[in-house]
Order: sequence, then structure tokens, then C-alpha cells
Amino acid sequence: MAIRLEEHPILGVPEKGRKVQFTYDGKVMEGFEGEPIMAALKANGVVIHRYTQKKHEPRGVFCAIGRCTDCVMVVDGELNVRTCVTPLKENMVVQTQYGVSAEPFDKQ
Amino acid sequence: MKRYDLIIVGAGPSGLSAAIEAAKRGLQVVVFDENERPGGQLFKQIHKFFGSKEHKAKIRGFNIGKQLLEEATELGVEVRLNATVIGMYMEKEITVKREGEIEHYKGDAIIVATGAAENMVNFKGWTLPGVIGAGAAQTMMNMHGIKPGEKVLMLGTGNVGLVVSFQLLQCGCEVVALADAAPRIGGYGVHAAKVSRTGVPFYLSHTIKEVEGTDHVTGVTIAEVDSKFQFIAGTEKHFDVDTVCVAVGLSPMSQLLKMAGCKMEDNPKRGGQVPIVDEYGETSIPGVFVAGDVSGIEEASSAMIEGRIAGVAASEYLGYIDEKELTEEFEKNEATLDGLRQGMFAPKNRRKLIEKTEEGCEISTNLLKYGFVADNEIERYPGVTRKAGIHPVMECTQNIPCNPCQDACPKGCIKIGEKITSLPAVDETAQCIGCGMCVASCSGQAIFLVDETYEDEYASITLPYEFLPLPEKGEKGIALGRDGKFVCEAEVVDIKSVKAFDHTNLLTIKIPKEFVMKARFYKAK
Repeated sequence: MAIRLEEHPILGVPEKGRKVQFTYDGKVMEGFEGEPIMAALKANGVVIHRYTQKKHEPRGVFCAIGRCTDCVMVVDGELNVRTCVTPLKENMVVQTQYGVSAEPFDKQ
Repeated sequence: MKRYDLIIVGAGPSGLSAAIEAAKRGLQVVVFDENERPGGQLFKQIHKFFGSKEHKAKIRGFNIGKQLLEEATELGVEVRLNATVIGMYMEKEITVKREGEIEHYKGDAIIVATGAAENMVNFKGWTLPGVIGAGAAQTMMNMHGIKPGEKVLMLGTGNVGLVVSFQLLQCGCEVVALADAAPRIGGYGVHAAKVSRTGVPFYLSHTIKEVEGTDHVTGVTIAEVDSKFQFIAGTEKHFDVDTVCVAVGLSPMSQLLKMAGCKMEDNPKRGGQVPIVDEYGETSIPGVFVAGDVSGIEEASSAMIEGRIAGVAASEYLGYIDEKELTEEFEKNEATLDGLRQGMFAPKNRRKLIEKTEEGCEISTNLLKYGFVADNEIERYPGVTRKAGIHPVMECTQNIPCNPCQDACPKGCIKIGEKITSLPAVDETAQCIGCGMCVASCSGQAIFLVDETYEDEYASITLPYEFLPLPEKGEKGIALGRDGKFVCEAEVVDIKSVKAFDHTNLLTIKIPKEFVMKARFYKAK
């Protein structure tokens, strides 16, 4: 499933930064520097960003403009980072957020 | 605390327009925006805008954004990004969060141009990853080159739902259907028609019953609703999808104004909680102005003019210009704004059922319910005529403020007249040369060049085509009707892509003569 557009009929070839590596829950992935973390995750097939505190329900990107905070994750150890508006950097450590922790619920 | 003549909150179409007008008149202006890039939602708008020349019609939204930014930069407007205004107070003071710190500013005047946020509706499964706002889909596709999903259902048939559905198709996503609880399509008929002709079905009086999936969306069930919006048993339709897009309207982001103590009202016609303002956009606090969607949901074209008005009014408030200049500028802008607020979709006609056009033609009921004008309805409109030789067929069937086609024709074949909401008519005395400028200029992609006498047995149709891959000359495929269904076999005989068409390719297909008034889209086999 090709998620990234190679060419758009109106916008042409998307402009991207240099290719960088980052980790998602310990797995090494590739993305483009400066694009939102969300875009790099989506291109790698990741759609679940966090699980809710009380009911442990999955959440992903919803508004993509930093308004709804549904897409928050643990980034470089910081909780509640809005991945839809935070640019990807080389060697970023991105982790699924469980409630308000990077630890899965059974380890909390 | 730093002081500015004018603080503008929001670097979208209205905020930038306001900044340009004020900076031109010598004010020291700063614009704050919480985003990483300026332009608001303009850079996600890849369709050609409606209106007339003074509304920047037929220019794509993102190019209008570029123009505004250049103009603002040249005038020395300071735009501060990643800067979220988190507080606004009576004495025109604001607090701004930037890089984790709070900064404090004071403006002698403030223009709030914060825009709007997307609405949501609840249904079972609405929080699952894969249920996204239509704006989110635009952000992914048009800003970041990412497909929101492979198979998408769109909820909502206002202009946002229609335009984003078309953009999803342009990215190669499959749009399985558009659904809307309302009994009629809310957006422009031409936007619906260009989605319909690609084969996407519309389900009006239908809404989402349930989105399925455990970890992410795997399917959706819609069902018909009665006049009280209750589900009708047995009308369920299921689609396998990975994405559900929600486009159910916008609400003004007016919290800062309320916080500052501006008098507010709840006005459903303007989209929710809005400040009470005068004709210049000045709120109950002197020197605090608003522009754009924050004071009533419309669209980017009107937001830009409101921005200009507020920018000029703030200049007068601070004594940089006199009242005479304010009145003159206001009258000029107000006339332009008024031009946009005419026709079937004018704010004053919101939610009204209009049965006839200004010309007295009956509105297509099929268009409002299924997204396309039926074959037996199309010839009632003045733009649709038949004659020997090549000529334009303009399937423009609703009064919307738009007239680029009239200016585009070098031969004067297309008449709209002074009133820009009038339906385009064919001037029978002028001779079409088949240049295709009208086809490319139509923001609604509703103009086709038809040659009924192309060859003995065959007619040719030239249609706007904004998809990839581009078909090649000689390729054989199928022609689809306005309803997106198979009409006949078709052969591509020409493809034109010139700069003046601005990425709208003109595809000419050859089809058996009898289908000349039916075939309206081409699909490769």
C-alpha cells in the first residue's frame, strides 16, 4: 500500500526534507526531516498513537492541525506531544502513549 | 512587554489581508500564528476559486496564499510562527506562548482573525483511528503528500465534503460514497457533479450508524434517516473502508474575543458563538476588530475582503488615515464582498430550498439528491446548446457568483453579463475556435467542448482532467455519464496541458455521435 504520493496532479512532486531514521516503540523507521511525526508514522503503517487512560481505547490522528490532541505520543521522553504538528528530527524516539505514560498498562 | 500599533491574531487569508492593508498605511504590524507555516488553510486549497477577477477567481487557493505572503513580506509585516495567543484582555494586551515561554504584548489595536474549527458528530466508533476530519485529510494529502487512506467514506456534502472528496480521488484514493443526513446536497452542484461523474455514489438522508473495527477502522454502516433524523430500519448499507472522513461544518474560534470581554451572541446563521460587530468588523471594545470565519462562517474569498476592511478600519482608528479614506475604501470593498454574497448560496439563503434559477429554469432535483443533473434535465439550461461544429457546453445550473468563463473566451462565445451569479449563456453569433480556455477556466469543471460533427459517425468531447496518470493519445477506454456509469467506448484523440490551463488538462475523446450529450468523463480500461 503506497501511502506516500510520488506525484500529485496539481501540486507535482511533494517537497520533502532529507531522509532520517527514528524509532517507534524501539523499531527503527525512516521518515523525512521536518514533516510531522504523524506523516512519517502513517507512511510506515502506524495508525494507533495512544491508548486512553480509563478504557484503554486506541486513538489516532483526528484533526491533524494540533487542535484535538488525539494524536499525542511520548516523544524523546516528553509526554503529550502533538505528533500532527511536531516536526520529525533525526534519531527521535517516538513511543505509544498509554494513559499518561510510555509504559504499557500492565507494567504501570 | 513589547508594544505594536496593530496586533493580528492568525496568519490566514483574512489576517494576512488585514496586515497588508494596515502596513501599506504605515502601521507597525505583527501577526501571530500558532502554526509552523503561515497561510491558514489556504495552502490546502488546491482547487480554483470561484468569483470574478477582483476575488482572484480561477486561481488555486495555495497560489493566492503565496501572493498574500509575498505582499505582506514586501511591506515589512512581521509574522511570528509557532506562537499561540493564549490570552487576550480588555486593554488590548495579549499573552503568547512561544517555545514553552509566555510573552506579553500590547497593541493599540487588535484584529482577531483566528478562523474556525471543524465540527464533529458522534456515532458508534467515532473515536477509532481512521475516523478523521475532512480538514485532516486535506492536511495529509496537500501539505504532506500522504494518502489519508485507501478506501474512504465521506460524511457531509457541503462544499468541504465535496471538494475534499474530489481531492481524495486526485490522490488515487477510492471514495466509496458520500453520505449526508440532510435531504439535499449542501454545496455547489458543480462540485458534486465532478465527483459524481467519476462514479462515486451519493446517499442523501443517510448518516453513519456505526464505524466498525477494534484497533482501527475496517468498515462503516450508513442508514437512511426520516425527516426527524431517526434511522429507518432495514435501510443499512455497509462499506469496507479504512478511513471515514467527517465534513459536518465549522464553528468560529471566538474564545479569545469572549475572554477579552467582547459582546457575543449565539448566531446559528453565522455558525455559532460570534462577536457582535459593526460593518467594519469592530467589536464592542473600541479598537478590537475581527475578520474572516471567526465572526461568521463563509469562505476564504470573503475572509480576504473582510480582512482588508478591518485593516483599513484599524488604520483609521489609530489616526493613520482620515475618515474619508476609510469610507471610500469601505465602499469599494463592500461592493466586492456583496458580489460574493449573491446567488443561491448567499448567507441570506442558507438552508432555503430554491426551486428556480434567477433565469426561471427549474433547479435539477436529481442534482440535489444524487449529485448529477439527469440527462433529461440538462438541456433546460442556457449554457447547454446544440449545433454543428465545435462549441462550449456549460453545465452550470445554479446561480453562484462566478464568471471567469466569460473573460476566458477570446471570441466572446460566453455571456454572463453584469450580474455575476447569472448562468452562462451561449452567444450564437460568436464562433468558437475550440481553444479550450473556457474549459480550463471553469472552477467548477462544468464546461465541455462538444463537436457533434467531428467525424461522420463520431463526436468529440473535450473535458477537464486533473488526475494522474494522464491518458495518452490513441488510448482506448470508456466514457462515463454524469452519473459515473458506463456510456460507451471512447478513444483519446488529444490531450492538451499548457501553462495557461494551470494543471487542468484538456482531454479530448471520440465517441459515437448518439452519446454526445451523455458522455462526460473518461476512464482508462
